[in-house]
Order: sequence, then C-alpha cells, then structure tokens
Amino acid sequence: MPKWFTPAAIVCGLMFVASPVFIASVRYESTMGLVQKIFYYHMPSAVMFLLAAVICGVASARYLFGGAPHQDRVAWAAAELTVLFGIITLVTGPLWARKAWGQWWVWDVRLTASLMGWLVAVAYLLVRRYGGPGSDKLAAGLALFGAANVPFVYISVNYWRTIHPATSVVPTLPVDMGMALWFCFVAFLLLFVLLLKMRIYLEEERARVDSLYLSLED
Amino acid sequence: MLHAIWLIVRKDLTVEVRSREIAYTTLFFAVSCVLQFAFALVKEGKPPEDGAAGILWIAIAFSGTLALGRTFERERQSETLRALLLAPTARPAVYLGKLLGIVSLLVLTELILTPLVSFLFQAPLLVHPIWLFAVVISGTIGFSAVGTLFAAMLVRARSRDVLLPVLLYPITVPVMIAGVRGTAALLQPEVDLGIVRFWVALLLSFDVVFITLALWTFEPLMTD
Repeated sequence: MPKWFTPAAIVCGLMFVASPVFIASVRYESTMGLVQKIFYYHMPSAVMFLLAAVICGVASARYLFGGAPHQDRVAWAAAELTVLFGIITLVTGPLWARKAWGQWWVWDVRLTASLMGWLVAVAYLLVRRYGGPGSDKLAAGLALFGAANVPFVYISVNYWRTIHPATSVVPTLPVDMGMALWFCFVAFLLLFVLLLKMRIYLEEERARVDSLYLSLED
Repeated sequence: MLHAIWLIVRKDLTVEVRSREIAYTTLFFAVSCVLQFAFALVKEGKPPEDGAAGILWIAIAFSGTLALGRTFERERQSETLRALLLAPTARPAVYLGKLLGIVSLLVLTELILTPLVSFLFQAPLLVHPIWLFAVVISGTIGFSAVGTLFAAMLVRARSRDVLLPVLLYPITVPVMIAGVRGTAALLQPEVDLGIVRFWVALLLSFDVVFITLALWTFEPLMTD
C-alpha cells in the first residue's frame, strides 16, 4: 500500500466522527427541520455512487477493447463501491422523501435511473461471483450496456414526471449549510478513494499470488 | 453477409419446425403466466384498471427469457455453437441470425398472447392494431437484442439459467417502461397518437443503439 494510505485513513475516520457534530451545529432548514440533515450524507454518497458507476463503465470498456487485466480489477472494485454507495443513497433518499414528498418512493427520473444503475452493479457482482470462467468479459459487457442505458431511462422517465431537487440547489445554500455539505463531501470522497485503492490493491495481490502459484506448479 | 444471416435463421427455424420444442413450451408458459395474473388480479369479474399493458409486457419478458435460454441451450447441448462460431462468416452475421430467429419466435407467441390478454382483462388492445404492432415489435426487438447477446455470452458460464434474467431485466428497464407506457397509451378511452408515437420512437432508438452496441461487442465478447 502507498505511504499516504494510513494517514489518509485516519483523517477520513476523524472526519466521519466529526461530521455528525458539524451537521448538528448547522442551522435547521425552515420547512424540513431535522429531516433535511439527511441531505449532508445523501448527496455526497449519491455523487460517489455515480462516480463509481462511471469508473466501472470506463474501465470495463477499456478492458474489453484493450485487454489490460488491471482495468478489469479497477472495474470490479468500482462495481463493489457502486453497490455500497448505492445502498447508502437508496436508503437515505426515501427517509428524506417520506417527509418531503409524503411518500417513500416515487418513479422519478433520478430514482428510477439510480435504482437501475444499482441493479446493474449488483448483477455485475453476481456474474463475477457465480459466472465461472469467462465471467470477466461478460461482466464488462454488462457494464457497457448499463452505461448505454442511462440516457434512455433519463428520457423515458423525464417524459413521465420529475420532482427530485435539481443540482442547482447546491450553490444557493446558506454558507454554514454549504460548509457542512462540502465537509461531508470531502469525507465521502476520501473514503471512496481509500476503498477503491484498497480493493484494487487486494485484487492485484490476489493476481500475484495466483501467478506465483501457477509458476510454482510448472 | 445477408446470405449467412438467412442461413442461420433458416437453420434455427428448421430445427424449430421439426421439434416445435421452444415454440410450444414458450407459448404454454406465456399463457399460464397470463392466467396466473388473471387469478391473482381479477376480482369479482373486474380486471384491475390499466393492468393489461403491464401484464402483456411481463408475459413477453418472462417467456422471452425462457425462449432465449432454450435457444442457446440447444446449441450447447449439441456442441453446435462452436461450429457456428467457426463458420467462415463474420461474427455479426451469427448474432443477427440468432436475433431474427428469436424475434420471429416471440412474435409468434405475441400473436396469441395479445388477444388472450385483451380477452381476459377486458382491454381494447386491438382497436389500433398497427400501432400496437409497432409498439410490441419494437419492444420485442429491443428486448431480444440485449437478450441474444447475453444468452450467447452465458452459454459457457456456470449457473446461466439464473444469470440470464439477472442480467437481462435491469438492462431492459427502458424497454419495459416504454413498452408498457406505449401500450397503456393505446388503452386510453381517448387515444393520443402523439404519445404513442413518442414511445415507439424511443423504442426504435433503443433498438438501434443496442443492436449497434451488440454488434460492436459480440466479437470481443465471444472470443476467448
């Protein structure tokens, strides 16, 4: 592991310990009250969810058409993070929506697209786990199709209805709320980078052990 | 290229006409699927409102998965997929041939499925037959375009029967949304053809994108 890993992990841990205190100190939003504070975890995890999905798609495409095994490991690691941050997003979202919209779930563009992206990532992991030999390419193909799907979900549900707050809400936040949001955002980003790094490292080590094992048999 | 596609379609249809295995099992499965919905949802002779479109598409998706799995299972059992891939023809031709075979099988199933759903759920599905045909066929092509690629890739995978729907259903979410919405629009008392046209256009663009993507990835995915 690189030298910066342990210090960065400690900083990340401290930030997550401090974040509830920071969030609690920020003023209450006038209409939503306490429930609005979910937003400080929801939005960063949703961005990480999206980032992980994009990394997975790009790495899969590069693996499929270039073939470097490193790309495949990146894609696998990113797919796991997609599932992880996807769960956080999909759990915190409805908790907020229950209060804001009066419903746990609506078939809005972002909700539908997120759920679909999350399902594709779960399918990716299932293929990797239970597909047997050759499942790496299969999974890469799946990631590619999953990525191509997003615009269609977007168009189809947009035509339908949409109520999810737009990204334009972020610059309009009061300063203290914005500070708390960016603090959480950095904490999540750090966590994301650390987990991705660790997961890729683990796969590289595993590949190295495999190749050592094979060379010993010869 | 066209000749190769035709040969593959003809081979599949000849095998099918002789055994009738997939056509009969898929059709029977689709019918029993619709009956299950009828038992579950029709209360005191009254079908659920707006349910017919969804039921039709679920039946298409389920029976389509069955047909896709069986088509490639047959190739695997007789070790003919390797022969097919070794044939001196471009890989895209193999894909397109398989796709056409599956689409024609599914269209056959839908010819019986649609009147049945219309009859059991008292839905006026056949009022605009041409538009319904456009929605159903473009949706079926989109579903099969993804399904053919994944079913072909899964031939060598372990637990392929389980993995096919696991892969296929999340990917075909837009087809299901557009197909169900398009069909539901046709079931309204006052049909707005503009809405139907929008969903058909979306389905057609989905078909184009996914067939292109499948043709592009079929070669690297089927080589190892």
